[in-house]
Amino acid sequence: MSTAEKTVKEIQNQIVEEFSYFDEWDEKYAYLIELGKKLEILDPSHKTEEKKIKGCQSQVWLNSYLKDDKIFYQADSDAVIVKGLVSLLVRVFSGHPPAEVAQADINFIDEIGLKQHLSPTRSNGLVSMLKQMKLDAVAYQALLQSKQ
Amino acid sequence: MSGTKIKGLDLTTIREEFPVLDQQVNGKPLVYFDNAATTQKPKAVIDSLVSYYSSYNANIHRGIHTLAEKATAAFESTREAIRAFINASSTEEIIFTKGTTESINLVAATWGKENIQKGDEIVVSGLEHHSNMVPWQILATDKGATVKIIPVNENGELILGELENLITSKTKLIAINHVSNALGTINPIAEVIKIAHSKNVKVLIDGAQAVSHLDIDVQKLDADFYAFSGHKMYGPTGIGILYGKKALLEAMPPYQGGGEMIKEVTYATCSFNELPYKFEAGTPNIADAIALKASVDFINRFGKPAIREVENQLLEYATQKLSAIPGLTIKGTAKEKVSVISFVIEGIHHQDLGILLDQEGIAVRTGHHCTQPLMGHFGITGTARASFAVYNTFEEIDRLEAGIKKAVKMLK
Repeated sequence: MSTAEKTVKEIQNQIVEEFSYFDEWDEKYAYLIELGKKLEILDPSHKTEEKKIKGCQSQVWLNSYLKDDKIFYQADSDAVIVKGLVSLLVRVFSGHPPAEVAQADINFIDEIGLKQHLSPTRSNGLVSMLKQMKLDAVAYQALLQSKQ
Repeated sequence: MSGTKIKGLDLTTIREEFPVLDQQVNGKPLVYFDNAATTQKPKAVIDSLVSYYSSYNANIHRGIHTLAEKATAAFESTREAIRAFINASSTEEIIFTKGTTESINLVAATWGKENIQKGDEIVVSGLEHHSNMVPWQILATDKGATVKIIPVNENGELILGELENLITSKTKLIAINHVSNALGTINPIAEVIKIAHSKNVKVLIDGAQAVSHLDIDVQKLDADFYAFSGHKMYGPTGIGILYGKKALLEAMPPYQGGGEMIKEVTYATCSFNELPYKFEAGTPNIADAIALKASVDFINRFGKPAIREVENQLLEYATQKLSAIPGLTIKGTAKEKVSVISFVIEGIHHQDLGILLDQEGIAVRTGHHCTQPLMGHFGITGTARASFAVYNTFEEIDRLEAGIKKAVKMLK
């Protein structure tokens, strides 16, 4: 992915720009569905209870790892629209120093008009996933600091 | 369906009584098909709430001033309206609660406390909402009792033949819904009660999904307890009813302690008030109780058989339309059901479907409908559920059909 050199903020801006081309809601959702279907398959060994983030309606699985002092995420969901949103979060957060992810503000979901999916009343596991992504980043940040 | 009349019901004017229906959601006229979760409220109910707060708000029962008397009279007139609505023999048998869930918990906490012992059995059905399952599981764990399940067949009907085998000398209570919230199945509760009583077992009916559709006669049914909510019968949220046979209620200990429920209190002890006040500690939900009468009046204006006739036509039309969609399977095909269609579509997650329908202004419920064991029985994690009320139309069902087809096209 060529996004590795970009900051979390820059990738978010890029996504906002991509979504600005859609006039109709169905174009936007069709794109999300496409992203969901194209999301890199999560290795079944990571689809464990431990890595499952339970929502009331759909589940999300999240795996993270450190490579060259940068954090990377892999994820999956049983619902494809959620998976599309998951794919965007993975794209925004992967390949950055954990400290940057831990401190990043997420505003693109609001800006592309999909904020309702991140509201606590949407029981889809996305809010919990975002929290877990940040927690993983904090953990890796601490790990890196302890090595220095 | 403009101007259409079914059994003398003018559906166009009925719709006009529900202000919330007249709006756009995501740029499209709202189609509200989540009536099994909560029905919308007619203007008469809303006006009743406003009228109470703006002209006679006062605490009830002990006040001697005019407003208190007016509020008390209105509050108690709902109790009488509810008594007549379910044909209870006395208003002493009508307890105001927060809703069905609290009604059931009240029985578990009081009747259950006195009557369930170690080794006893409570029978519930495989169709229950968590609210008629979890209170009994908690009670059973507390007392060392067990909960047994009446099995369900593939159509979502109870296998009644199993009931007699499930009942033993240890069985104390059967708790069962009148109508399944997830599937719409109407359960043969008259038969269940007859079987139970022949074995000296008490029966609690969760009537939450039945009251807006079916005529209820608790005396004819011989139900021991019957619980329901105001908000599923065109009334306000936060108000519900527990019906209990007087002799049972009298023998039960109180639910909560406080004002209203006592007769006399000394520093050492107290004596409890008479029915129904013994179970209504503290200031009740006066406004919503008063407005509940307006919802009873709304239903009585047409009568439930006429309402059901409208809903049945909608159900039949929707069943026919939805069944024709490739890959769609209706879950819950009981012979006797209310206007609920629960369905799954092959290869499509119910949540994705719900999100896309919402974009079309169509409100359905998706998920496990608080019936996880039942979903497990069908080997699914959830369904999409469309549920119809008296104000819904055939055109709205056409919109649902088109919305589903569009969503399927987008998702496949």
